[in-house]
Amino acid sequence: MAGTAVRGRLTWQVATVESLRPETASVRTIDLAVPGWAGHQAGQHLDIRLTADDGYVAERSYSIASAPGEPVMVTVERLEDGEVSPYLTEELRAGDEIEVRGPIGGYFVWDGNEAEPPVLLVAGGSGVVPFRSILRHRAAIGSAVPFRLLYSARSLPDVIYRAELDHPGDGVEVIYTLTRQQPSGWTGHSGRVTPALLGEAAWPVSRRPLAFVCGPTAFVETVAAALVDFGYPPERIKTERYGGTGATG
Amino acid sequence: MSPISRGFHGRRREAAGDAGRVPPGQYLTDDFPVLSAGPTPHTPLEKWTFSIRQGGDTSKSWSWAEIRDLPEEDVTADIHCVTRWSKLDTRWQAVSIDTLLAQVEHQARYVLAFCDGGYTTNLPLGDVTGGQAWLAYGYDGSPLQPEHGGPARLLVPHLYFWKSAKWVRGLELLDVDEPGFWERYGYNNYGDPWREQRYAGD
Amino acid sequence: MTAFDETQLSDRTLDGNAIGGQLREVFGTEMTAAVGTCASCGATAQLAETLVYLNAMGTVVRCRTCTAILLVVIKRGEVNCVDLQGLSALTTEAG
Repeated sequence: MAGTAVRGRLTWQVATVESLRPETASVRTIDLAVPGWAGHQAGQHLDIRLTADDGYVAERSYSIASAPGEPVMVTVERLEDGEVSPYLTEELRAGDEIEVRGPIGGYFVWDGNEAEPPVLLVAGGSGVVPFRSILRHRAAIGSAVPFRLLYSARSLPDVIYRAELDHPGDGVEVIYTLTRQQPSGWTGHSGRVTPALLGEAAWPVSRRPLAFVCGPTAFVETVAAALVDFGYPPERIKTERYGGTGATG
Repeated sequence: MSPISRGFHGRRREAAGDAGRVPPGQYLTDDFPVLSAGPTPHTPLEKWTFSIRQGGDTSKSWSWAEIRDLPEEDVTADIHCVTRWSKLDTRWQAVSIDTLLAQVEHQARYVLAFCDGGYTTNLPLGDVTGGQAWLAYGYDGSPLQPEHGGPARLLVPHLYFWKSAKWVRGLELLDVDEPGFWERYGYNNYGDPWREQRYAGD
Repeated sequence: MTAFDETQLSDRTLDGNAIGGQLREVFGTEMTAAVGTCASCGATAQLAETLVYLNAMGTVVRCRTCTAILLVVIKRGEVNCVDLQGLSALTTEAG
């Protein structure tokens, strides 16, 4: 497995912003050139550190959106009361330098080594970011593991990576639920992820599925609890909480 | 030396312009940041009490209603957090700790404030008497919110704000100083912002 | 008096994934998958699944089962001050 970099002290290093592009009205993707990047696993994140000219420092963590082997890409949602996300989504320009540290994380990762059990991904809002890495990794290694992504977003324009997710590839099923606004003629799901919707999307327990849940803390708690109620063993559910609105931003 | 991030400013803050009022290493803010080390406690007011304990016994205890019956003071104070933010002219509605301690006979030299959720912090007795400390239940004219320590918190503005223990339920009177929560984990035992006593040994 | 209506576990809480970088600094290796045993209630959990309060004073990691403190990290300049007394065991996978 190339470049897992789980050992050794991580140091901060200066990365250069290569390019930026909007994903939605409040979400932007940043491509980074990180010298000597040791590679990463699907699902890992990196830390970003910003320093103002009076020495004030702010640090945040962002999931890596690109697959192992691809250049480092992160996707950031602008949080209304945020301190770092408005800077990254609005001010940051190509050519700027920022400090990064990573890759980080050995728990919320999918290597594709387990050949059999199907995988359920449940994303709330920007919680979909690490799942892009996982899905692209699945495609890159030619895995045949069946995947379902249940993705909860406020509205269709708020769906991140929509063009990619609408064509997910063989063996991957993407189910959207739009919580606040649906386009006219929408035949998909509406409203929050409920136990009923989860019951439709989740693989049966008999198939020994693996579940990953990522998004705001309240979303993750609700979904994980529902999966446990369905009979998913807690050790087969991996969670990553992004905090509440304004908790980290 | 970290590179400066072009155009990054962070939360709105000002350099200490009013030099006399802002301790070294601090910046001014209009916000009121919430720092939490644990779940926010929720003690119903009908069960809430404030106690003064010594030698393993409760010397005196007040119910919420009894605290509210005591003389209330409007306190305006500058507050300084060890995480470097300072906020000037904060307004509180509170009962003086002097009023509470006056009802107990003791010869203690130190206090250890204890709180719902297990938080503690220690202070010399001389720093919670003489009009320097309060039990605060109102902030800016409204009931103190849980995230800011409500229903009541200690207010000791001349020291770093971790000493103004949130969700306080009483004071343990001691002859021997006993470090509290943050003091045990490496913060300064006393915490004078004017001498920048942030960490142990400062 | 007003009865405050707030969830017990604030929506602002994070889990151990959020301190993966800090744990790497402290331990010199990846620790989010490491399994800790709560000294208070005996529950075991991977550090990624713990209840984390992250603020500028310090990182407080609590047992999700009983909320007892597992570990506390304070950063003093470049130095991490770590208290692990809340863990009766902490194990990583070999290799």
